[in-house]
Amino acid sequence: MNEDRSEVARRVAAMERLRPSRRGFMKVAAAGGAVAAFGGPDIKRALAAGENLPPNVPEWMKTLGPGVTASPYGAPSKYEKEVVRRNVGWLTASEESSINFTPIHMLEGIITPSGLCFERHHGGVPEIDPAQHRLVIHGMVARPLIFTMDDIVRFPSVSRIMFLECPANGGMEWRGAQMAGCQFTHGMVHCCEWTGVKLSTLLAEAGVAKGAKWLLAEGADAAAMTRSIPLDKALDDVIVAYAQNGERIRPEQGYPLRLMVPGWEGNVNVKWVRRIKLGDKPWHHREETSKYTDLMPDGTARQFTFVQEANSVVTFPCPERPLDGKGTYEIRGIAWSGRGKIKRVDVSLDGGDNWRSAQLQEPVLSKALVRFRLPWKWEGGPALVQSRALDETGYVQPTIEQLRKVRGVNSIYHKNAIHTWRVNPNGKIDNVQIA
Amino acid sequence: MSRSLERPALAFVALALAALALLAAPAAAQQKQGRKFPELGRAATAAEIKGWDIDVRGDDGKGLPKGKGSAKDGEELYAQHCAACHGVFGEGEGRWPEIIGGKGTLTSADPRKTVGSYWPYAPTLFDYVRRAMPFTMPNSLTADETYAIVAYVLSINDIVPDTAVLDETSLPKVRMPNRDGFLVGDPRPDVKAEPCMTKCRSEAPRVTSDLAQRLGVTPGRPSE
Repeated sequence: MNEDRSEVARRVAAMERLRPSRRGFMKVAAAGGAVAAFGGPDIKRALAAGENLPPNVPEWMKTLGPGVTASPYGAPSKYEKEVVRRNVGWLTASEESSINFTPIHMLEGIITPSGLCFERHHGGVPEIDPAQHRLVIHGMVARPLIFTMDDIVRFPSVSRIMFLECPANGGMEWRGAQMAGCQFTHGMVHCCEWTGVKLSTLLAEAGVAKGAKWLLAEGADAAAMTRSIPLDKALDDVIVAYAQNGERIRPEQGYPLRLMVPGWEGNVNVKWVRRIKLGDKPWHHREETSKYTDLMPDGTARQFTFVQEANSVVTFPCPERPLDGKGTYEIRGIAWSGRGKIKRVDVSLDGGDNWRSAQLQEPVLSKALVRFRLPWKWEGGPALVQSRALDETGYVQPTIEQLRKVRGVNSIYHKNAIHTWRVNPNGKIDNVQIA
Repeated sequence: MSRSLERPALAFVALALAALALLAAPAAAQQKQGRKFPELGRAATAAEIKGWDIDVRGDDGKGLPKGKGSAKDGEELYAQHCAACHGVFGEGEGRWPEIIGGKGTLTSADPRKTVGSYWPYAPTLFDYVRRAMPFTMPNSLTADETYAIVAYVLSINDIVPDTAVLDETSLPKVRMPNRDGFLVGDPRPDVKAEPCMTKCRSEAPRVTSDLAQRLGVTPGRPSE
């Protein structure tokens, strides 16, 4: 072993000797300068940018990088510092009961990296020791049960890629365009692969009593956040999840255990779940009466509006990512439906007069984000870019005018209107609403 | 102490244990009966459940603990635990939630959804205060203190008199002003759109809102 290690050390030392000296580097740079005198603007720019562009050999090829022990977990490149969750300070009174936004405008594909998934907390993120976490199932059951995390993980497991969207996504824009950024108009959504045990499996262990129709799920956070969920849904496709994108769930996403309720509003996907109680009626708790109810123009409010209807947004171009001159681009965006699969996404460049169907990237999964794309040659003129999602139930994403006509402007939740980006001749993108 | 005395005692203990085991066996069998994975998890004890079973059902108050509290006592407790955020009179400090007023505003351009104007069930207030308040010290109030604070908040909303004393029997009987303000169930899809593809507009698009760029409420824009 020791000999092996000294052999490695010897080779590294040899490589160190072979590495160009500072003087050697200066020589190369000088040569580059000579070339630049005859070369075009590209080479001049290359030298000005740090002398790492062709024909020069970039600096990072002249030295060893960090080894395999430098970063046991890993982190994004330091050049990706802008790709972070952001919050809107004025939106809430505290950071512990607040929300931030996924940088969807900077992401590709359909999987949201775990560290970029938007967060919504009601009492901050609890720091839970998994060895001391328990899930209790009781109420209208034959056998009240208590499970450790080890118990939960030993049950037959399932994985599913699914989106999760806060029903307040876009809620700041019922009256008009307010947020100059795609992250803030649509960033209360993420899509991950979740792994856990089906809730139906655990409920079968406890034995659902006759007459049980609802359950109450309760989190182990400082708000002991609760929501009532119909038993039909619980037995259909709800997962008690312990893993997200392959690893254990991030603390801010519910570590060590949370509910995943496919297609339904984020708030019912109770994080840090510690207790599930079965009953014959809903509980009418604060988060399903005072909050997460949709106020209609006549002053009544809709309660238990769980499904996230089909929605979509163009993530490029968008206000944070303007166009850099005329020419070839690809319009990209995401679509999703809480009722099933996205069937089609149409894109309009003229504010909804004419539409073309975009290409959908496989896999197109039920209740998951779908990536759509459309090639675009921008001639430099003004445009009104929109996307419109259709799902497998035949539902068509409506315009903001159509939504307002039925629901007014006070409902906060479940705004899934066709969104409009205005392309200006200078390439800047504005968030606008049109009629 | 003689061994001859000890032996029968031991035998008796063994017999008693055997009898207990016989008695316990049906219960254990019942516990595992019908389970596909009986070795995973175990029966939750009554004591375990009691410690965690904190929910109160909104519409009938099921789950309310024994206890009572007066609006009068609640006033002082409110000042101590709640006023910093919710305001001395329940008006809400800064962006913290206001909990009084708002009656008649639900159809207006500025609906104010408070305990008095919006909440449909009084026991929900007890449930929420107990599980989540005070914001920085949840799970710190006694049942009596919680009843008192709930009584006070209801009294400043003119829902109960300021002489009110509430307990597990009287709280569910409190009728909230917006009790019938909710439509339970989901009428969606409630908006039908057509997926027209060409010449869909009868007139040119008109921008109705483009304030976002000038409002200055969007954080962290690198270009500005």
